[in-house]
Amino acid sequence: MDLKTSYLGLKLKNPVVASASPLSNTLDGIRRLEDAGAAGVVMYSLFEEQIYLESLALSDYLDRGAYSTAETFGYFPEMRGYNNVGPEGYLKLIHDAKMAVQVPIIGSLNGTTPGGWIEYARLIEEAGADALELNVYFIPANPYVTGAAVERRYLEILRDVKGSVSIPVAMKLSPYFSSIGDVSRRLADEGADALVFFNRFYQPDFDLEKLEVEPRLVLSRSHELRLPLCWVAILYGELLTDFAVTSGVHTYEDVLKSLMAGAKVAMMASELLQKGVGRVAEILREIEEWMERNEYESVMQMIGSMSRSNVADPAAFERANYMKMLASYQKSGG
Amino acid sequence: MTERKQTMMDGNEAASYVAYRTNEVIAIYPITPSSNMGENADAWAAEGRKNIWGLTPSVREMQSEGGAAGAVHGTLQTGSLTTTFTASQGLLLMIPNMFKIAGEQTSTVFHIAARAVATHALSIFGDHSDVMATRSCGWGMLFANSVQEVMDFALVSQAVTLRARVPFLHVFDGFRTSHEVQKVEPLADETLRALIEPELVRAHRERALTPDRPVMRGTAQNPDVFFQAREAGNPFYLATPGIVQETFDRLAALTGRQYRLFDYVGHPEAERVVVLMGSGCEAAEEAVAALVARGERVGLLKVRLYRPFSAEHLLAAIPRTARSVAVLDRTKEPGAAGEPLYQDVLTAVGENLLEEVPRFAAPPRVVGGRYGLASKEFTPAMAKAVFDELKKATPKNHFTVGINDDVTHTSLDFDPTFSTESAEGVRALFWGLGADGTVGANKNTIKIIGEETANYAQGYFVYDSKKSGAMTVSHLRFGPHPIKSTYLVTSANFVAVHQFNFVERYDVLRAAEEGATFLLNSPYPREEVWDRLPRVVQQQIIDKRLRFYSINAYDVAKQAGMGTRINTIMQTCFFAISGVLPRDEAIEKIKESIRKTYGKRGEPVVRQNYAAVDAALAHLSEVQVPARATSTLDRLAAVSADAPDFVRHVTAEILSGRGDELPVSALPADGTFPTATARWEKRNIALEVPAWEPDLCIECGKCVMVCPHSCIRAKIYDEAELAGAPEAFKHSPSKFRELPDKRYTIQVGVEDCTGCRLCVEVCPAKDKSQSARKALNMTEQLPLREQERANWDFFLGLPDIRKNGAMKFDSVKNVQLLQPLFEFSGACAGCGETPYVRLLTQLFGDRALIANATGCSSIYGGNLPTTPYTVNREGRGPAWSNSLFEDNAEFGLGMRMALDQQNLYARELVGRLRAEIGEALAEGLLNADQSDDCGLSAQRELVSALKAKLKDNFDREARDLLSVADALVKKSVWIVGGDGWAYDIGFGGLDHVIASGANVNILVLDTEVYSNTGGQASKATPLGAVAKFAAGGKTTAKKDLGLMATKYGGVYVAQVAMGASDTQTVKALLEAEAHEGPSLVIAYSQCIAHGIDIAKGMHHQKLAVESGYWPLYRFNPARAGEGQNPFQLDSGDPRIPLQDYIYTEARYRMLQQSDPAVAKFLLGRAQEAVNTKWRQYKRMAEAEKEMGAEGKSAKG
Repeated sequence: MDLKTSYLGLKLKNPVVASASPLSNTLDGIRRLEDAGAAGVVMYSLFEEQIYLESLALSDYLDRGAYSTAETFGYFPEMRGYNNVGPEGYLKLIHDAKMAVQVPIIGSLNGTTPGGWIEYARLIEEAGADALELNVYFIPANPYVTGAAVERRYLEILRDVKGSVSIPVAMKLSPYFSSIGDVSRRLADEGADALVFFNRFYQPDFDLEKLEVEPRLVLSRSHELRLPLCWVAILYGELLTDFAVTSGVHTYEDVLKSLMAGAKVAMMASELLQKGVGRVAEILREIEEWMERNEYESVMQMIGSMSRSNVADPAAFERANYMKMLASYQKSGG
Repeated sequence: MTERKQTMMDGNEAASYVAYRTNEVIAIYPITPSSNMGENADAWAAEGRKNIWGLTPSVREMQSEGGAAGAVHGTLQTGSLTTTFTASQGLLLMIPNMFKIAGEQTSTVFHIAARAVATHALSIFGDHSDVMATRSCGWGMLFANSVQEVMDFALVSQAVTLRARVPFLHVFDGFRTSHEVQKVEPLADETLRALIEPELVRAHRERALTPDRPVMRGTAQNPDVFFQAREAGNPFYLATPGIVQETFDRLAALTGRQYRLFDYVGHPEAERVVVLMGSGCEAAEEAVAALVARGERVGLLKVRLYRPFSAEHLLAAIPRTARSVAVLDRTKEPGAAGEPLYQDVLTAVGENLLEEVPRFAAPPRVVGGRYGLASKEFTPAMAKAVFDELKKATPKNHFTVGINDDVTHTSLDFDPTFSTESAEGVRALFWGLGADGTVGANKNTIKIIGEETANYAQGYFVYDSKKSGAMTVSHLRFGPHPIKSTYLVTSANFVAVHQFNFVERYDVLRAAEEGATFLLNSPYPREEVWDRLPRVVQQQIIDKRLRFYSINAYDVAKQAGMGTRINTIMQTCFFAISGVLPRDEAIEKIKESIRKTYGKRGEPVVRQNYAAVDAALAHLSEVQVPARATSTLDRLAAVSADAPDFVRHVTAEILSGRGDELPVSALPADGTFPTATARWEKRNIALEVPAWEPDLCIECGKCVMVCPHSCIRAKIYDEAELAGAPEAFKHSPSKFRELPDKRYTIQVGVEDCTGCRLCVEVCPAKDKSQSARKALNMTEQLPLREQERANWDFFLGLPDIRKNGAMKFDSVKNVQLLQPLFEFSGACAGCGETPYVRLLTQLFGDRALIANATGCSSIYGGNLPTTPYTVNREGRGPAWSNSLFEDNAEFGLGMRMALDQQNLYARELVGRLRAEIGEALAEGLLNADQSDDCGLSAQRELVSALKAKLKDNFDREARDLLSVADALVKKSVWIVGGDGWAYDIGFGGLDHVIASGANVNILVLDTEVYSNTGGQASKATPLGAVAKFAAGGKTTAKKDLGLMATKYGGVYVAQVAMGASDTQTVKALLEAEAHEGPSLVIAYSQCIAHGIDIAKGMHHQKLAVESGYWPLYRFNPARAGEGQNPFQLDSGDPRIPLQDYIYTEARYRMLQQSDPAVAKFLLGRAQEAVNTKWRQYKRMAEAEKEMGAEGKSAKG
């Protein structure tokens, strides 16, 4: 059974890739992902803003009370260095991971400034990453920011980074565009080596007792696969770029569906966080069994097989289908 | 000759630089102003820096200076080269070992940043009273006068002690030299190796105790031989002066710097000579140079080697022409024939007179005087006053200089306008706030100029004693020649004022010379600045023809994202307009310096500072000075005209920066000061203060409970009291069931608030329609100031709730209606200690005696100018005293014993005078139940009745009873201190006191480090936290002091954290006080040294408890008597992993950021320690069921 695929020009032994998550926070975690069978690892994201804030916070705390009284110059000893405040820890992990594992390591970056995107992309490349995923986690909270401006931002970031590194660059997208197709096309034209569908925003929750907004991470569920599945299926064949599905991949069926929609790989995190990295091996075995049952020889065979351009009824992906589905739902409900 | 690199450093760094390189073992303990030497040694060892033998010295913190001296004695006896650093009381604690070390002719050097010994008051500042107290120990004493001399003499003393076998104190003046930054030439390792002779090091080693060649030391000797043995050491002392001179000469050959045992400077045929030692020599030398240039025949003798005292060398160094000699001592020995150096010189001269060929044809008249106690300024003008006095036929003896002694008239007048300031170079003054980074920036500035240019540079920094809103004044000098001016800048050609309100309060331009540059950070636009200045300041600017520049540095800092840190901005402005360096070059150097200083903290910090540099230049502008002063504003009065006499005449002068001018008669002779003076100091340091919203308030009292400065208060009162209330005074219906139909007010003292936000953070009441709005919200202070000043005054006039039984004070809500008797201290904004202290005073303050260990709580509690402990309407309040650091438990026990004895005597006298007093009153007094507020109140009334009855009775016993009658009212003794005291230096005493069974209450304000001296590790420091002296992360777990105390069985013990449970805190304090025996309450106190957002202090307390790190518990022996388990665990099972708590604090995070592997390892061990401790506590609490069952069955 041939599970091999390629993504971002990288040869992968199978289509299951670990997406950015705390699982890749440590070298040990990355090793365990490889051991479980993951064909590649997208590192957790390097957040430029976090580096910025950590550095400033450290400096602020070290300076608090410094030279304020005659009895002390400050309240902390001078350390030799803070190598874990800047990107050094992240970069070292990439470097160490490349030494320790065979599977490709894909860096993940969330920048805040144009300079930051470029600088950290270069550093990630220098650290040895096989490719880079740009995690443009951006919420246009300002109601005066136009959709066009948001799209321009994505394009400019991609252009800047592509102009600065030579490793393949994937673009992780938000689903909240008026025309995902148009944005995807322009990104593909700009040179995106892959489009990753979709970024999950961790919307904050409310604490009713304290009347406070609190960040709460909610892991994905299988039904969330529908949205990326739909868009990969629609765009496969239309754009000259790779696709990856990264929301709601929990089962072997989810992986198969992603591939059939047109994704080169399916990326998993929530399932592995909940049930352990051993799930990769199980899912790979189940894929093989399914392929055997259904007489598939290779994964490549099925990629895009259920895409809009390859299904019998392309309109199934369009709005009319939505209307019909609702109608049937009402009927059965009534 | 190759160019020698010169570096900017202070005296402490110079001493530790040599000490570290020339020793193998270093024992350390923090004490100001010597702590930095230990900190350097610890940090260098953590980095793995090597000594001259290629090894990293072993550096260990001990539990006290006594412990350090003991450890040093042990290592010396075992053959290692060992040193330590200390000062003041620390040195005194070393005395017993110093006698031993000298008696055993052992080679070692202790480096001393000489500091005043506490007498009528503690002082952290410099004089020689500590080293003078060790004169009889038999140690050599070498005095360094400048930072370069510290570097040189550290080596000389180390080299000498090895050859002479006499231990040495290497002494330099605390602060003036230990903290003065100067350009020095560091000694090269080759120089160190050249002077530290290997064969002498080996000889030291060979004298070591070893079972391979066993000998004994430390024998006990009888009258037959002790004396002779004591004299057997004489040859060592006789040889030492020669060895010192020889070593000086060898150093001179290597460095070109020649010293002598007594260095004379001045006219070769001087008639008047001044003798002194220490940094004052530098100022005196300036005076001598100026006077000699005027043709006066004067000279100065600098004493280098004070012990062993070589009269021969001393006399040889004084010109034969001397007619009169003044010997100046920086110490005071009350009752002595004279101060020590004076007596030594007089003896030398006197003994010489009897020689066959005396040194002097006509013996000079020798007089002695005192100067510079506790870092009192000693200037060339003062030195000149001494020379002038020596002109007189009968100069004053036993004089003082530098003060106005209007009591015993010892002082010499001096002319403050006499100045020897060099006309060349820059003399700059910077008035800043501690929090704004001014001092740090100035240190960088002198480093830039001193190290990057051919100029010499000097920096000295003066701080006030507040920990929040502290003022700093930086005194900087730059010039082409070495700078000897060991005194504050008195004539400045550059004055920068970094806080606008300073021009409203202080005479900041007093030292500005004509034509000087004046830089002001002003919140007002350039065109408005002039009109905002007080008239007197405008006039100074005009009269002195100052060039006046302004910048809104806070605005620039805010835009650059730097908050209130304006250091880089103001530093840039200084370079831009002072002309000390070409502008572009200066900017480049500033940026290089920023990279050096901040580079390792990450690129964002560097970039932010770069942006601030660029923005500063763009916003700096010159103000056109009009020809005439136009302002109608006056400088603000330091205190209100309503303040008591003492506050207006003494405190206010100190507050205004004129304390130096107060005469002797203004000060109490015995250190007794009135309390309740902090209320007169309106500091107005908060930019934002909390504002109360009565419609939302639920009257829980939590805001009052957490306020570190007692600036937010609650009262309930009758509606009728509102008559005459200011229009803006807020109130609402009270919600207290016990006292219905009252009004309630939360009032903020906006002029006293530090703006820490703890109250706003802890406020649980939120607007249902707008969740951001709480019952307390931060609001700009300035627009509220006038209105709230009136409201505050009105509020204070409202009646205070009385402890008359109408309400029980056992809940947070009720207790917070009680008047705090501790207010507006100088503690840090957001201090975690002071809320507990305030609570203590609310509950027991009107009958409390407080014994306070030295540390933060003694500084914010008792450092002049003002005193935060205060009184209620009856004039009662805490009586407070600080004895020492190490003896606080014993000190408090002493208070208890005295009170008990007085109570006993009073009861005895009541019995004896029953007939005069009346049976009923006598019985009432003797049998009063004082277990609650009503009982106490009733007893006070009985005592008043007793006093009235005895008023006119002049019988001896009646008068005696009157003198002890107050002891019939129960008093509450509180022994308060930090963890450094309780866990380390004072632990032996604390242990003894809790074992005594005496009725004392001990409150440990546990910040888990020595906060006051800058955050050194104590045995309370947690595993995995970074602290000074534990720079690599603490590798041992915190001592479980509470658990140890429970083992005595009869000690009440509680561990509290008000941020996790304020109710439990109140309960614990009440139970502790009620316990008729020793009680120990250990209180989690967040601290600036934890590296947290101080506004979130209570949240950190909560996390500490939720993680299981800080279990809340009470161990009440009284419960055992009732068949119950005395141990009650008041917090639930851990809810979060330890890392979710500790990694919210920089003290832990910085290890993770610098060494993640070690951090991870220590986290694992720390979590395991928490688990183990929790299981242990749980088991102790579980025993309750069994004990409860046993108790029941026993009863049944």
